[in-house]
Amino acid sequence: MRALLFSLRSLGRDLRSGEVLVFIIAIAFAVGALTSVGFLTDRIGKAVNLQANEILAADLRLRSQEPIPDKFKDLAKDFNLVTAETMWFPSVIYNKEKNALSTIRAVSDLYPLRGSLRVSDTLFGEQRKIDEIPPKGEVWAEAALLARVDAEVGDFLSIGELELKISSVLTYRPDQSIGFSSFAPSVLINAKDIPNSNLIGEGSRVSYALLVAGQENEVNDFNAAMQDNLPESVRIQSQEDRTDRVYSATEKAKRFLSLTAVISLLLSAVAVAMSARRFTSKRMGEIALMKSLGATQGFVITVALIQLFLFTLFGILIGSLIGFAAEELISKILLDLLQQTKLPSAGITPVILAALSAMILVIGFALPSLIQLRNTPPLKVLQHEITAPTPSKIFIIGLSFLSVSILLYRSFNDFSMLLVVIIGIGIVAILLYLVGRGMAIFFGKAFKGVGVAWRYGFANVSRRGRDSAIQIVAFGIGITVLLILTLVRTNLLDSWRQTMSNDIPNHFLINIQPHEIESLSMIFEANDIEVPLFTPMIRARMTKINSQSVKERDYPNEDGEWFVNREANLTWANKLSSSNEIVDGEWWPQGYEGPPLISIEEGAAKDTGLIIGDRMSFFIAGNEIEAEISSIRKVNWDSFQPNFFITLSPLALDEMPTTYIASLYIENIGQSFFPELLKLHPSISIIDLGVIIEQVENIIKNASLAVQIIFLFTIGAGIAVLFAAVQSTIDERRFESAMLRALGARRSTIFVGVITEFAALGSAAGILASAGASLIAYVIATQLFNLPFSFDPKIWLVGPLVGVTIVCLSGCLAARTAVNAKPADFLREAAR
Amino acid sequence: MLIDKNKIIRDIIIRMSFESQNNIKVLEAKNISKQVNSLEGPLTILSDINFEIYQGESVAVVGPSGSGKSTLLSLLAGLDIPTKGNVVLNSINLSDLNEDGRAQLRAKSVGFVFQSFHLIPSLNALENIMLPFELAGKNNARDLSWRIIKKVGLQERWSHYPSQLSGGEKQRVAIARAFATEPAVLFADEPTGNLDSRTGIKIMELMFELNHNLSTTLVLVTHDQNLAKRCDRTISLDVGKLVSDQRRNE
Repeated sequence: MRALLFSLRSLGRDLRSGEVLVFIIAIAFAVGALTSVGFLTDRIGKAVNLQANEILAADLRLRSQEPIPDKFKDLAKDFNLVTAETMWFPSVIYNKEKNALSTIRAVSDLYPLRGSLRVSDTLFGEQRKIDEIPPKGEVWAEAALLARVDAEVGDFLSIGELELKISSVLTYRPDQSIGFSSFAPSVLINAKDIPNSNLIGEGSRVSYALLVAGQENEVNDFNAAMQDNLPESVRIQSQEDRTDRVYSATEKAKRFLSLTAVISLLLSAVAVAMSARRFTSKRMGEIALMKSLGATQGFVITVALIQLFLFTLFGILIGSLIGFAAEELISKILLDLLQQTKLPSAGITPVILAALSAMILVIGFALPSLIQLRNTPPLKVLQHEITAPTPSKIFIIGLSFLSVSILLYRSFNDFSMLLVVIIGIGIVAILLYLVGRGMAIFFGKAFKGVGVAWRYGFANVSRRGRDSAIQIVAFGIGITVLLILTLVRTNLLDSWRQTMSNDIPNHFLINIQPHEIESLSMIFEANDIEVPLFTPMIRARMTKINSQSVKERDYPNEDGEWFVNREANLTWANKLSSSNEIVDGEWWPQGYEGPPLISIEEGAAKDTGLIIGDRMSFFIAGNEIEAEISSIRKVNWDSFQPNFFITLSPLALDEMPTTYIASLYIENIGQSFFPELLKLHPSISIIDLGVIIEQVENIIKNASLAVQIIFLFTIGAGIAVLFAAVQSTIDERRFESAMLRALGARRSTIFVGVITEFAALGSAAGILASAGASLIAYVIATQLFNLPFSFDPKIWLVGPLVGVTIVCLSGCLAARTAVNAKPADFLREAAR
Repeated sequence: MLIDKNKIIRDIIIRMSFESQNNIKVLEAKNISKQVNSLEGPLTILSDINFEIYQGESVAVVGPSGSGKSTLLSLLAGLDIPTKGNVVLNSINLSDLNEDGRAQLRAKSVGFVFQSFHLIPSLNALENIMLPFELAGKNNARDLSWRIIKKVGLQERWSHYPSQLSGGEKQRVAIARAFATEPAVLFADEPTGNLDSRTGIKIMELMFELNHNLSTTLVLVTHDQNLAKRCDRTISLDVGKLVSDQRRNE
C-alpha cells in the first residue's frame, strides 16, 4: 500500500523524467503499431473473408440432395442471419425446335447473399453488376446456352411447362465455381416459377442449398447450433473448404498479414528491451540512493513493478489512440484504393490483444532489467562504478524467448511456422553477435594508419566490443525484418502473382466428346490458340474400399465421408501432371499395362484414411472396376489445370464412357469466336475463369496493399529501435565528445568519427541482415508457401545501403547533441 | 585580535553537551576489516579498525586518497558489511541484519550527505527533501519538508529542479534531506568537495548548526583540514589502518 502510494505520488514526477518518457513512447509505439496492424489485419482479413465468401454467395451454405428442412431456415433467423434458397437440376430447354441440356437454377429473393450477379444485354456483350434476381416469368441464360439454341435476349425459352422471356444474358454468378465440372450451362429463374413448371417430380436429380449470411460470430454460433441435428444428407460448406482455390489464396493472404504483424512485434520487443535497459541503468543511482535512505528490497521492487505497470498502461492508452487514428486514416486510404463503399469495421479485439501483447512484451523484455534494480547495492551512492548483478542470462533469454513464442504463436497458430521464424531470427541474432564481436576486434587491429577522426570512430566500435556487437544485433534484426518484408513483398508476392497470372488458363472446356478433339484442335490452331491437353474424365460412384461398402466404413472426418459418397470424377494418365507431385509410393511406369492402379490426392487420402495398398471399387455406367492405391499425390490447386482427386493408370478405364476436359488461355479473341465454336460443338460447355481469377487477384491486391501499408509502420518501428539503440549510449558519447573537444578536437573531427562509427556498424549489420533475410525468405518461400524462390542480388546492395543510411542518419541525428554540446557543460556534469 | 564570541559560546555549549552525553555510545567499530577480490588476488582495504563514537560527537575521518576512508564510511553506515569484525549502530550489530534490516535501520537512524549531492534530477528541491519521509510512510511529508527547507533558507527556491540550483544550493537541499528525519548519525562524504571555498564554509556552518541543534552525531570523511579541525575528533587512516584518533582538546 505504501509502495502504491509512493508510486502514485511520484508518478507525476516520473512522467517528467526523460527515460520514463522514452519507455512510455516505446510501449506506445509498440501498441500503436500492433493495434494499427491488428485493426488492418482484422479489417482486411474480414474484407478478404467476405470476398472469399463470394465464392459461396454466402457465409455458409447448406447443401443437400433433398429439400433442406425449414427448421434450419428458422434457426438461422433466430441467430439474426439472412437466408436465401437455391435449387438446381438438369433439364432440357427449348427455343422453338432447338434444344439443349442445361442446369436450371431457381433462386429466391436476396440471392446471392455475398457478391453480385452480373449480366449483359447482348451475347458476349459488356457485363454489369445487378442486385436483383430474374422477375417471375423471366429467365437469365448463359451465353453458351443461348448460342446453342440460337436464341437472343427478348426471345422465349420453354423450360418444362414454363414459357420464360430471356431478359438478360447471365455472365457471372458468385457461386459458379462450386462443382463446376458437373454442370451444363445454366439458366437462372425465379424460385416462384418452380411450382408451375412441373419440372420436379419423383426421381428428379435436384440439389438444394440454403444460403446463410450475417455477423461472423452469429454465423459461427448458428453453425455450432446446427451441428447436433444435422441430417446425414446435408453438407455444410464454408470458405474453409479444403479444396477451394480461393480459400487457399485467402489462407496465404492471412499468413502474409500475420507475418507483417510479427515483424512489428519483434521490433517492438527490441525497442521495449532497449528502453527498459536504459530506464534501469538511469534509475539505478536513484534506487541506490533510496536504499541508502532506508528503502527495502521489497519496497524498491514493488515500486518498480507498479511504476512499470503504470507506464505500460500509459503506453497502451497512448498507443491505442495512435492505433485508432491510424486506422481511421488507413481505412480512408483503403476505401479509395479498393474502390469500395465500406470496409467491415474492425472490432475492439485488436486493442485488447495489443494491450495483452504489450503486457507480455513488458514481462519478457523489460522485467529482467527491472528485477536487476532490486539488487542495486546501496553502496553505489559512494562508489558510482559498481552496479547491480545482472539476472542470469538463461533467465533473461528464456523469458524473452518464452514471451516471443507466446506472441508469435498467437499470430501464427502454426507450430512449424513459429519454429522457422524463431530459429531464423535466432540464427541471425547469434550470427550477427559473433560477427559483430569479430568486427569489433577487427576494427581494433586494422585501420591503425587512418586519420584521427576515422581512428576515433573505429576505436569506438572496437572499444565497446560487446556493446557494439549488441547494437549490430539490434540494428541487424531491424534490417533483417525490413528486408524479409521487402523480400516477402517483392519476391514472394510477385512469384505468387506470377504463378497466378502467367499462362494460367482462363477458360475451361468440359463435356468434350472423344470425336470432337480433332476438330477442336483444328479450330484452336486456326485461331492461334495453343492446343491444350485434353484430359479424360469419367463419372463414377465409389462403392467399396477393401471389399467393404463405403457406407459401412468409418472415416477420420466428415469430409472423408462426403468424399466417398459423392459422385466422383475419375481420370487416367500416363504421365504425372506438372502441377502434381508424388509424396508417397510411386507413379506407374511409362506404358504401364498391368492391373489397375490409383494415385490419390494427399488431402483426400487423409480425410478418408486411405493408404497405399488399399483397394477402391467404382461403379461406372453399369460396370464395377477395382484398383489398388499405388501412390499419394500433392496437388497444386492454384495451377488452374484440370486436377483430379483420383487418377487411374492407363487402360484401367478403357472402354468406359469418357468425355474430355481442357483448360486453355485465350486472350484478345474476336467476339464471335465462342458462339461459333458452340454452334459447331453444341455439347461443349465453356467456363470463363477470368472472373474467378479476377477474384483471386483482388484478394492478392487487398493483401499486398495491406502488407505495403503495414510495411510503413514496420519501417517506422525499425527506425524507433535504432534511435533507442543510439540513445542508450548517448550519455557516454556526450562525455567522450566533450572530453575530445576539451582536448582540442574540432567539431568536424568528432562528426567524421561519429559517422565512421555508425557507418561501420550499419554496414556490418546490413551485410549480415542481407544474409539472414535471404535465408529466412528462402525457407518461408519454399517450405511454407510452396513458392519458387528467386534469389535477389539487389538485397545484398540494399541491405548494407539501408544499414549505413538508417544507422548513420539516426545515429548522427541522435548523437548531434553530443557533437554540438559545449565541452564545459558535460565535463561539469560528468564530475557531478 | 578579533574574537568571535558566538563561536566561543557555541563551542562551550557543544563541549558541555558532549560531556553530558558522551557516555551514550552510538556507533562502534569492532576490529573491522574489509577485503575485496581484485585481479591480483584479495586486496585488503581496511584492517583491524577499532573505535567508538558517542552521541553528539562530530568525527572527521581523514587520510590520503586510497586510505580507505569512504570504505570505512560505507561500513559504518551499513551500506556494505565488513569481511571481518562488527559494526554496532545504536546497539545493533549490523552484521546480524540482512540488507532489508540494514535499510530499515538506516531509514530510522542514519542520514547522508554526499560529495556529489545525489539529488534526484526529476524531483524539485522540496520533493527531494520529501523522499525520506515518503520512504518512512509519513503522510504529512510535504509539511514536514516545508519546515526543514525553511531551516536551510531555500523556501524561495523550493520548486526548482537540481539542474536549476547552484552547487551550494544543491548541497543545502541534500543537507536538509539528510537531517529531515532527525537521524541519530549523519554521515557525510566530502560534503564540501565539489564546492568553492566560500560556499564550502557556509555549508560547513549549516551542517554544524544542525548537528548541534538536533544533537546528531556527525561522521564526515574529508580532505579539508579546516573542516576536520571543526570536528570534535579526527580519525586518521593510512593504507587501510587507523593511525591516529585525536580529540580536539587533546
